[in-house]
Amino acid sequence: MVEHRGWSRYIPYLVLSLGVAIVAFPVYLCFVGSTHPQDVIANGNMPITPGPLFFETYYKTLFVGSSGSTREPVSTMLLNSFIMASMIAIGKIAISIISAYSVVYFKFPFRMAAFWLIFVTLMLPVEVRIYPTYKIASDLHLLDSYAGLTIPLIASATATLFFRQFFLTIPDELVEASKLDGAGPLRFFWDTVLPLSRTNIAALFVILFIYGWNQYLWPILITTRDDMQTIVIGIKKMIVTADALTEWNVVLATAMLAMLPPVMVVILMQRWFVKGLVETEK
Amino acid sequence: MQKRAIFGGKTLPYLLLLPQLFVVGVFFYWPASQAVWQSFLLEDAFGLNTSFVWFENYKELFADAGYYRTMLTTGVFAIMVAGLSLSLALLLAVQADKSIHGAGVYKTLLIWPYAVAPAVAGVLWIFMFQPSLGVIAHAMRNFGIDWNPLLNGNDALLLVVMASTWKQISYNFLFFLAGLQSIPRAVIEAAAIDGASRTRRFWTIILPLLSPTVFFLVVVNIVYVFFDTFGIIDAMTQGGPSKATETLVYKVFFDGRLGGNLGSSAAQSVILMVMVVALTAVQFRFIERKVAY
Amino acid sequence: MASVELTNIKKVYPGNVEAVRDVSLTVPNGSFTVLLGPSGCGKSTLLRMIAGLETITSGTCKIGERVVNEIEPAERDIAMVFQNYALYPHMSVYDNMAYGLKNRGTPKSEIEKRVREAAALLAIEDYLTRKPRALSGGQRQRVAMGRAIVREPQVFLFDEPLSNLDAKLRVTMRLEIKRLHNRLNATSIFVTHDQVEAMTLADQVVVMNAGKIEQIGAPGEVYKHPASRFVASFIGAPAMNLMPGRIAEAGSVETPGGKLPFDAKRFSASGEVEVGIRPEDIRTADGANGVPFKAELVEELGATRLLHGNFGTTPIIVAIPASGTQYESKEVRLTVDPAAVHLFDRTTGRSLAR
Repeated sequence: MVEHRGWSRYIPYLVLSLGVAIVAFPVYLCFVGSTHPQDVIANGNMPITPGPLFFETYYKTLFVGSSGSTREPVSTMLLNSFIMASMIAIGKIAISIISAYSVVYFKFPFRMAAFWLIFVTLMLPVEVRIYPTYKIASDLHLLDSYAGLTIPLIASATATLFFRQFFLTIPDELVEASKLDGAGPLRFFWDTVLPLSRTNIAALFVILFIYGWNQYLWPILITTRDDMQTIVIGIKKMIVTADALTEWNVVLATAMLAMLPPVMVVILMQRWFVKGLVETEK
Repeated sequence: MQKRAIFGGKTLPYLLLLPQLFVVGVFFYWPASQAVWQSFLLEDAFGLNTSFVWFENYKELFADAGYYRTMLTTGVFAIMVAGLSLSLALLLAVQADKSIHGAGVYKTLLIWPYAVAPAVAGVLWIFMFQPSLGVIAHAMRNFGIDWNPLLNGNDALLLVVMASTWKQISYNFLFFLAGLQSIPRAVIEAAAIDGASRTRRFWTIILPLLSPTVFFLVVVNIVYVFFDTFGIIDAMTQGGPSKATETLVYKVFFDGRLGGNLGSSAAQSVILMVMVVALTAVQFRFIERKVAY
Repeated sequence: MASVELTNIKKVYPGNVEAVRDVSLTVPNGSFTVLLGPSGCGKSTLLRMIAGLETITSGTCKIGERVVNEIEPAERDIAMVFQNYALYPHMSVYDNMAYGLKNRGTPKSEIEKRVREAAALLAIEDYLTRKPRALSGGQRQRVAMGRAIVREPQVFLFDEPLSNLDAKLRVTMRLEIKRLHNRLNATSIFVTHDQVEAMTLADQVVVMNAGKIEQIGAPGEVYKHPASRFVASFIGAPAMNLMPGRIAEAGSVETPGGKLPFDAKRFSASGEVEVGIRPEDIRTADGANGVPFKAELVEELGATRLLHGNFGTTPIIVAIPASGTQYESKEVRLTVDPAAVHLFDRTTGRSLAR
């Protein structure tokens, strides 16, 4: 519409730039902190421009680790986080896509019951049943294992509903054509449903990867060994209550490293991220 | 609702469901029912004796002023985060929806905080406001503002609210933008021809048409504050000072920690479950109108 | 090639909805049979039962010598062309056509040969590597037919394959299907609600209504000797004029517009009847012959003209060749060839032909 007259047409740019600045500022400050020596930060007079220790700090963080309570290098934590996030994403997608396929493309007794059993899990995140879940995981000897870190977080219905919603949009005629072409249920799944689901799988992967990467409460409980720590809980353990002992430069570098993978995923795969985010909520 | 064209097969559908039902059974239904069971039990201090006490744990909770305080804190926290992040996100989305250059770039630059882990967000914000070393804390002190989240409960809550809001804006922004873009241009143009000013159009046309999104986001934001802020709180304040930033979920964690008071923790879990189910039911009723399940 | 034989076929959906009630039909080997009827008449359901996509509630369906009621679609040796084509969106044209053969374990060289042949036949050789979304509607339609052809099935089934195309393309594809059938001579069953498609393609038309067969016959037969009032009004455009009548004397029927002679050798009728006359069977007459008629509205169609007016108290349409004569608001007289007057039972709607 023809309405942008005078200075008011710059308002959107102003507001958005301000928004971007506010959103980016904490991260900028975090980066700046990660490039200054520990004592400069600790005495509270850190400048707001980057310092000289970029390579030193990040090298130490990645391969040596903080000298505080944990001595695990952050590269190990990054690897753990990566394994956990990938396993959660892949595991959830794998079990969800086949269960959604079953619910949509077959008719069998207790079909709706099974659907509701899965659907109900949508409502309750792991936080509300945290200790009993912990007890079961420990009874099953899953403490300090990748299985323990991931499988309990796979138990939810979001992905199942997402795939179900998508399958319902695949035209019936495709199934019928496949039947005439001699394809059974498994072949139809493999040859047609799976290829057609590619973008949906990608979208879901992005969302679930971020979800898995950012897990906090569950990893804190389930891991006791330092070498099983994920980066998100590693940071927390580096902040020592007695402020003076906290190596803030390492903490901040770790925070940068913890943000980098999921943020890159969002930026580089924005299309799938938005699709995944918007459609899993429906 | 199901397909017209389906496959036969007696065992295959069950086999396909089995992995998910197994995981859900072992790690969802079993612990959830354990939580309910445990909420009726009382364990002695050494964990040697357990006795069945019916609703004793619940009674104790509802007689505890601290529990009400936690509820109040959670409520205030939720209202502040939802109110702040929704209004800021709406403001940004409305600007980004205008035909401006580089709208895509702005969008990208605004949505990435979604990917930041809550605990990391907590670290970012405590670093800025930490009284002894925070850059902003220093600046404020220079202006004579006495603000100490480590000692003052209200200051701490405010800090946690800011960090939580910061993280949630991107999510709300995306949904508002999607909602705005789905409003037919013709409706807004019709209103313009009918002589409605820009502000009037926003309040009388755009906002009402956006109300489903607003409603949806309010629910999502409340759930976010309930559960996802755990990491933020644990990284920043550990629920302190003197429980000023303790939410319901944090209390569940804190009270049950190291086998502390498992019965009370379980009872709190159950209450929380009921609250979330109620919230979901409200949301579901609403979604029902749009999507036929 | 094979014939298809349906005996007392019924389809009842849950909730006691009868979609097909007691249909018996023979589709001879090599025939092009069209199932014609309005939407919801059960024609698609019937076709899908032959394909094996719907279970048959009762009755038997034979393809060739084999009863196929309990046989999987893939094992029936049939191929189907769907209304929305149902091409696999993620596969190339080649793979779409080859998929069914691959699943059957046909040797690669044989698949290649058949796909190439079918593509040549349908003039889609240039598109074999493309994905369906890069094709136009007509091209997709060809691929869908190609997918059926490469299978070399006993029977081709078409489920309204032309209704997603625009009017011009529909005519072209219609001719193409006809040409293809003349060439392959394959037993084909074609479902449509478009009578022009039915008349032009079929050697046997099956008119269906409300889950039942109204009439089976050659296109000309169905047009000339409709077995019921429904067939009479469904086939032919503009539709047949229908009006109440009374037989007062042998060989002539009293209508609201006047007395009309009919062929008493063909119809045995008495008392109250329903009279049907096709618009194109009515002529204008000179002088005092015939019954009076005033055209209130004239539609000019180029080659013909449609006169709308009242025949006594009944509104009718008269189709006459275009000429210089001015008809609007003018009183003319109409005559009808006695052989073109159809009589139907007023209550059952069945033709009263002997």
